[in-house]
Amino acid sequence: MAEEKIAVYVCHCGTNIGGKVDVEKVVAWAAGQPNVAVAREYKYMCSDPGQDLIKQDIQKLGVNRVVVAACSPTMHEPTFRKAAADAGLNPFLLQMANIREHCSWVTEDRDQATEKAKRILSAQIHRLPHNQPLEPIEVPVNSDVLVVGGGIAGIEAALKLAQAGKKVYLVERKPSIGGHMAMFDKTFPTLDCAACILTPKMSAVGKDPNIELLAYSEVEEVDGYVGNFTVKVRKKPRYVNTDTCTGCAACMDACVVRKVPNEFDQGLSKRTAIYIPFPQAVPLRATIDPDNCLTLRGKKCKQPCVAACGPKAIDFDQKDEVVELKVGAIIVATGFELWDPRQEERYGYGRLDNVITSLEFERLSNASGPTGGHIVCKNGEPPKAVAILHCVGSRDENYQEFCSRVCCMYSLKFSHLIKEHLPETDVYQLYIDMRCYGKGYEEFYKRIMDEGVYFVRGRAAEVTDVALNPEEQGRLVVKVEDTLLGVVRRIPVDMVILSSGLSPAHDAKEVAQTFGFGCSANGFYLERHPKLEPVSTVTDGIFVAGACQYPKDIPDTVAQAGAAAAGALALVDNATVKVEPTVSYIDPEKCAGCHICVGVCPHSAIQYNEEKGVAEVIEAACKGCGVCVAACPAGVPQQRGFLDEQIFAEIEGALAV
Amino acid sequence: MKYLYFPGCSAEATAKPYDASARACAKALGIELVDLEDWNCCGSTSYFSIRELESFGVSARNLAIAQEMGGHDLVATCNACYTVLAKTNRYFAEDATLHAEINEALAAAGRRYDGKVRVRHFMDVLINDVGLDEITARVKRRLTDLRVACYYGCQYSRPMGTFDDPEFPTTMDRLVEAIGGDPVDYPVKTKCCGGMLMLTQEDAALKLCHELLAVAAREQADVIIAACPLCEMNVEAYQPLVNKAYGTDFHIPVMYFTQLLGVALGIDAHTLMLDKQIVPVDRVLAKVPA
Amino acid sequence: MVELETPEGVRELHRIFLEDVYGIPGGEKIRLCQQCGTCTGSCPTSYLMDYGPREVFAFFRAGMLDKVVKSNTIWLCTSCYYCTVRCPAGIKITDIMYELKRLAIKYDCWPRESKNPAMSKIFIDNVEKYGRNYELGLMAKFVLTKRPDLAWKFKDLGLKLFTSGRLPVKPVSVKGQEEIRKITEVLAAKEVAQ
Repeated sequence: MAEEKIAVYVCHCGTNIGGKVDVEKVVAWAAGQPNVAVAREYKYMCSDPGQDLIKQDIQKLGVNRVVVAACSPTMHEPTFRKAAADAGLNPFLLQMANIREHCSWVTEDRDQATEKAKRILSAQIHRLPHNQPLEPIEVPVNSDVLVVGGGIAGIEAALKLAQAGKKVYLVERKPSIGGHMAMFDKTFPTLDCAACILTPKMSAVGKDPNIELLAYSEVEEVDGYVGNFTVKVRKKPRYVNTDTCTGCAACMDACVVRKVPNEFDQGLSKRTAIYIPFPQAVPLRATIDPDNCLTLRGKKCKQPCVAACGPKAIDFDQKDEVVELKVGAIIVATGFELWDPRQEERYGYGRLDNVITSLEFERLSNASGPTGGHIVCKNGEPPKAVAILHCVGSRDENYQEFCSRVCCMYSLKFSHLIKEHLPETDVYQLYIDMRCYGKGYEEFYKRIMDEGVYFVRGRAAEVTDVALNPEEQGRLVVKVEDTLLGVVRRIPVDMVILSSGLSPAHDAKEVAQTFGFGCSANGFYLERHPKLEPVSTVTDGIFVAGACQYPKDIPDTVAQAGAAAAGALALVDNATVKVEPTVSYIDPEKCAGCHICVGVCPHSAIQYNEEKGVAEVIEAACKGCGVCVAACPAGVPQQRGFLDEQIFAEIEGALAV
Repeated sequence: MKYLYFPGCSAEATAKPYDASARACAKALGIELVDLEDWNCCGSTSYFSIRELESFGVSARNLAIAQEMGGHDLVATCNACYTVLAKTNRYFAEDATLHAEINEALAAAGRRYDGKVRVRHFMDVLINDVGLDEITARVKRRLTDLRVACYYGCQYSRPMGTFDDPEFPTTMDRLVEAIGGDPVDYPVKTKCCGGMLMLTQEDAALKLCHELLAVAAREQADVIIAACPLCEMNVEAYQPLVNKAYGTDFHIPVMYFTQLLGVALGIDAHTLMLDKQIVPVDRVLAKVPA
Repeated sequence: MVELETPEGVRELHRIFLEDVYGIPGGEKIRLCQQCGTCTGSCPTSYLMDYGPREVFAFFRAGMLDKVVKSNTIWLCTSCYYCTVRCPAGIKITDIMYELKRLAIKYDCWPRESKNPAMSKIFIDNVEKYGRNYELGLMAKFVLTKRPDLAWKFKDLGLKLFTSGRLPVKPVSVKGQEEIRKITEVLAAKEVAQ
């Protein structure tokens, strides 16, 4: 080894370190340590003058190893390594010694802090002579992007990327894109018709030459690493040839199975076994439901759909198809599910007639819904009074602890829609808090108050059909404490709308695992950082957007989708991407080819080379976790930057004080 | 199947028919109920109201005796006994301080408890240990569509909800179905009867009982069955007072669920103490074929 | 003895209350009340209470528990547990009601119109004497001392129960009465200390 000249910098970090650790003492001690050429202290090493200290010592004093005793490497290792690089020193010859989070912040005892700081520093001083210069690994980047989920988030992200000239694959599990937004009637606070603002975007997706739409398809497997993902997508069989089908819907008129609960209408209407989910579907193609089609269930059917189909597009022999996509980045925008209020039995959903969920109401109010836009009870009569119950399943330790964000606003919207359709109907809003935080939201709240809606501050205790007086006979009664009055009220109504919260999709955990990230405690996808990295995930190159990350309204969803598109673009717009070189290296001379490391690698980054009979690391996929280093019975894999001799030296250094 | 049995204070008095019919049903179903030796009052809601720690101690003596007798399951018929004993058991397990304090007190009485006993409701044993199929097999007099309002009461599955749902339990309804009855839609099935308020502030309790009776009448129930001595007493014995206060004319027979089960199992009316009911149950018995 | 008429007294009441409440498993959740009103809405007797359960927690938050222990609220609680099971903050409301009952008795400020405390006291006397609740004794003593009007109102019912054998005259005594006494003695000493 060439003669090492170590420079030691001990940062005060204001009083964070300086207030506990006797910095002067540490510096004086450090100056006398082996190989240390210079030891300095400074108030804020991360500042420009602080970094300049490092640069000058490298350039003027020929310092060739640096240790900065300061905060955690997660804070400023990149800062200092860049400073070293700027001064011409390989950045991996710089180490940080954490004497803040690991030292000054965890004790009140000054003596203890000072002693420990010395030990931590000593470990790095002993390690540094064993550090080797390393060069970052550059991998080429595939410029195509995969967007999973065809709701408004996925649609927006896809359009933005297509506009930037990238090829986008948009995979959607249902037969049509559009997601939940396609089901809504009007949207708050502008009262724009959801379909009117959504369908142009859906149409654009369908027509964009840069977007390849794989509807009625699901992602099965994701392999690879940033810039180089290989994704297996299963295209489910529609039993209809999408090239010849024109979406004329003649088959729907002909089908003999007519009583399947229509998912799009939340079960409020029936559909046929061969169906187009809604008139504005993109792609506008028929799909046959294999669980209900007589032919596909092996039963006898005259197949009138085949006769009715002009282009002869029906193909009962169609099989599913697995395609392999190669992309550089992935955006996961798989949306939400509505919380099932059957669980909150005291509200009577599923037991009492005319207790409905928010999505069911959207369909009732929607002109293209099961009742043609007439808000009516089960008996076909319009309700004379409607109660809208907030926080169903939300803000509740017994169900979902979190606030679902959009329910206050959509509840207000419902009041407006009811008043618009049925001006004589009384509308009651039963709320705990009114959360109207967005642009135009408070104004919308005032508007609804102005429309004569009755606001009752109280969380409904129960919904019952037990009448205690003639006025309640034959109606639903909502029992609630009007907390502002301090009086328990029984409000007779004809319809109860449960403003149910948004839940993570039932398979969120499995989907997250497929893509290589996790879920937060509440079950939604976990972002890399709640404030600063809301669209990235722990896996480089994989992004999330929309309600799958947390409940949010349409404006925030669209914004987040754009952010995810920007994140993906920032990656795939470059020809290459740099990956950390602290990866595993397997010496082919020493490897016996036992396969153990191949099996234990959690990132599938080790391949067995049949020809050479040795294991080989795919450097770009390796995350430097060290499992193979520990697992190999012969100790062959070494992690660059964390060689055995470096680690042993650290231990010796820590014990040497 | 052998269980330790906690009769409860009411079993010797107002709820004698509950105790008698429960024992008779147990015998008919092959369950051996061994009385808890020298059991004392569980404390119910009243003791808790005045003294907390002592209440736990009084209740825990029963658990200690049960453990000493080598029993794993202590079965209660009364909702309140079940809830108080189960709550004591649970808090004893969850709270280290309480655990220590109770054992210190029990030690003074020469006893000790290590949390080895499970507290169970008699219905839990019937549904989950005996099983509905077995019960159906032993039915001698099917109730043949007798309309039954299953009144669980508030402390049947609250607060713990161990063996049935806290808001809309179904075990009693399923039992009724298993013996041939028709459990009516009874949404007020877990609403409070007022409990002790019937004596201290009767207008409140009468109002609650009025609602319970009104819904049973609306559903044309032939009988209301209950699982708690106090519930049964309030809904049955105070019907005339409800009628007086509300101008109604309720004459709905009320039984303990074990009495109805006993009828289905072919046990005679005298053993089931059906003659001790305040509202005569002849109409009910007349509807059940011999 | 806590003086509830002075601010220091009220603060002391709060301190004792919190100490006891935090001793209940999950008791610290009392701080999480959203004032949503589900408890009051679900309570079968809240319409008779001076302050519903929700208000009890509002008074707690405002440092005014003295008003609550003097009210009839807690004595109307039947422990039906609806509030506890439905509370979105997971507060053990029924247990806290019990706690308030104990404080009201301890500090002798329960409303004299409420008959519940008397009922509970007679119940305890019975248990201390016999180890079991002596129903006839309980009803008789209560009616005669607190609600003589009930003697007339419930006379038919009382007679029916008596003649059908559902109200035995003789109380049943537990053999281990001494054990019970020892148990309660040990625990009573701890209660005072708390």
